[in-house]
Amino acid sequence: MRYSGLSVLKEGLFGNKGWKPAWREPEPKAEYDVIIIGGGGHGLATAYYLAKNHGITNVAVLEKGYLGSGNVGRNTTIVRANYFLSGNSEFYSHSLKLWEGLELDLNYNVMHSQRGILNLFHSDGQRDAAARRGNAMVNQGDDAELLDREAVRRMVPYLDFEQTRFPIYGGLLHRRGGTARHDAVAWGFARGADMRGVDLIQNCEVTGIDIQDGRVRGVQTTRGPIRAKKVGIVAAGRSGQVAAMAGMRLPIESHVLQAFVTEGLKPVIDHVVTYGMGHFYISQSDKGGLVFGGDLDFYASYAARGNLPMLEHVMEAGMTLMPMIGKAKILRSWGGIVDMTPDGSPIIDRTDVGGLFVDCGWNYGGFKATPASGWCMAHLMATGEPHEVARRFRLDRFLTGHLLDEEGTGSQHNLH
Amino acid sequence: MRITCPLCGARDRREFTYYGASVYADRPAEGAAPEVWDDYLHLRDNPAGEITDLWYHELGCSAWIEVTRNTVTHAISATRLLADRATPTKKGARS
Ligand SMILES: Cc1cc2nc3c(=O)[nH]c(=O)nc-3n(C[C@H](O)[C@H](O)[C@H](O)COP(=O)(O)OP(=O)(O)OC[C@H]3O[C@@H](n4cnc5c(N)ncnc54)[C@H](O)[C@@H]3O)c2cc1C
Ligand SMILES: [Zn+2]
Repeated sequence: MRYSGLSVLKEGLFGNKGWKPAWREPEPKAEYDVIIIGGGGHGLATAYYLAKNHGITNVAVLEKGYLGSGNVGRNTTIVRANYFLSGNSEFYSHSLKLWEGLELDLNYNVMHSQRGILNLFHSDGQRDAAARRGNAMVNQGDDAELLDREAVRRMVPYLDFEQTRFPIYGGLLHRRGGTARHDAVAWGFARGADMRGVDLIQNCEVTGIDIQDGRVRGVQTTRGPIRAKKVGIVAAGRSGQVAAMAGMRLPIESHVLQAFVTEGLKPVIDHVVTYGMGHFYISQSDKGGLVFGGDLDFYASYAARGNLPMLEHVMEAGMTLMPMIGKAKILRSWGGIVDMTPDGSPIIDRTDVGGLFVDCGWNYGGFKATPASGWCMAHLMATGEPHEVARRFRLDRFLTGHLLDEEGTGSQHNLH
Repeated sequence: MRITCPLCGARDRREFTYYGASVYADRPAEGAAPEVWDDYLHLRDNPAGEITDLWYHELGCSAWIEVTRNTVTHAISATRLLADRATPTKKGARS
């Protein structure tokens, strides 16, 4: 069923009794052309674009929990295209363009809001780095403006401009950046894929990958074996375990990243604001909660909850930057397991096993990548060739030294 | 989370810096093949369960400590000084 303003009006008048489930709940078939392991944002987007762009519809997405139970429903929803390195910048630029047409394309309201992202800087050195990054963004065809302190003050007067420890020198403003409703992104892609014939199979954990003569033949699952000619591993924080089923060791260490939300408040923070001197960034959800987060807990973890030191750090950093939030009450905090690579950039590539592909290593920045990741993974799985904007996301770049170390922090998984 | 330093006793996690799986201590020999360096620097078992990883008691006694820990529960079952482990062999040395 297509959604429209008219259908909302009609359903409103007749007690909302006509809405149908947004997707089917099929039994798994014995065989598919393509199996996608993982029903997060990237897996669902891959299935959607396989069907839409390549006409491949005999596809199953296998999800061990419910759709969107992973990081796609746990992130802080920031969408931006402000990367510096060639290899990354064209990919995220492509992704942002897809975001800009996503709601029309999916016929689904993902509440994409280009409210602008302001990255603050607090020293001459940081200003130079921001100017350089801004130039790279503009060269890529995206938008960036360097704001001085007074321009920042006019835009976000509630920051503590008087603090002496880390004074605000200005900010890099990316107006096309913003947020989106994370769950809706998963649901929109799920519905779009289902409408085109893709089977979305929930509560179906992949427990083994069948390989014969160097080619993938299918998977073992908690709902029985399923054969397939091609299999894509799109399992985010669990990528390491799933790849191990195919005898692979990935350049990935899984870490926990926390986020926090306050009680609902009246509109007070209109943009996304990031602090340059502590691990803190914030936006306000449409429900009114202040959504904010910081950095990793820094040690390998599969517990979807964090520890107190990072919580304390994030609160301190937030209070330094915008003391006005001190009276807001924290409603919830949670963690997600993120797949950290040694250079902080993702992998979309073939493997040494014929027909087996991986899409992983999204670190803590993969939500914004959801449409382009699906687009490029679908391209790779359909054509066997990497998509133009994702050709640097190779699995062997660590061996060959073609790293994409955006932050320049070196080969340690938790430092990106 | 508290980590028991063999020298200082149970200390707050914030005193320690994390270096990932303890293979980080097994630095390859000079001139080792690129595959050996790739394995050492990048590839990880990344287990959901027991791991032995490397922590540096930076704000304490500066000891390097091997911690046996569960990545799902965060429970720590053993800690020992890296110095107490048999000298790691240099992998991939080309003679
Ligand atoms: C707290 C937090 C904040 C974040 N903030 C941002 C942000 O502001 N902006 C941004 O761009 N990114 C952000 N991210 C990162 C982003 O959420 C992730 O990079 C992205 O969601 C990962 O891709 P995904 O949606 O496909 O992952 P997931 O939703 O985790 O999907 C993977 C799926 O695979 C399933 N799976 C795993 N193993 C198996 C198996 N054996 N069989 C079947 N299914 C399996 C899982 O259950 C899961 O549903 C954040 C992450 C966290 C944790
Ligand atoms: Zn000590």
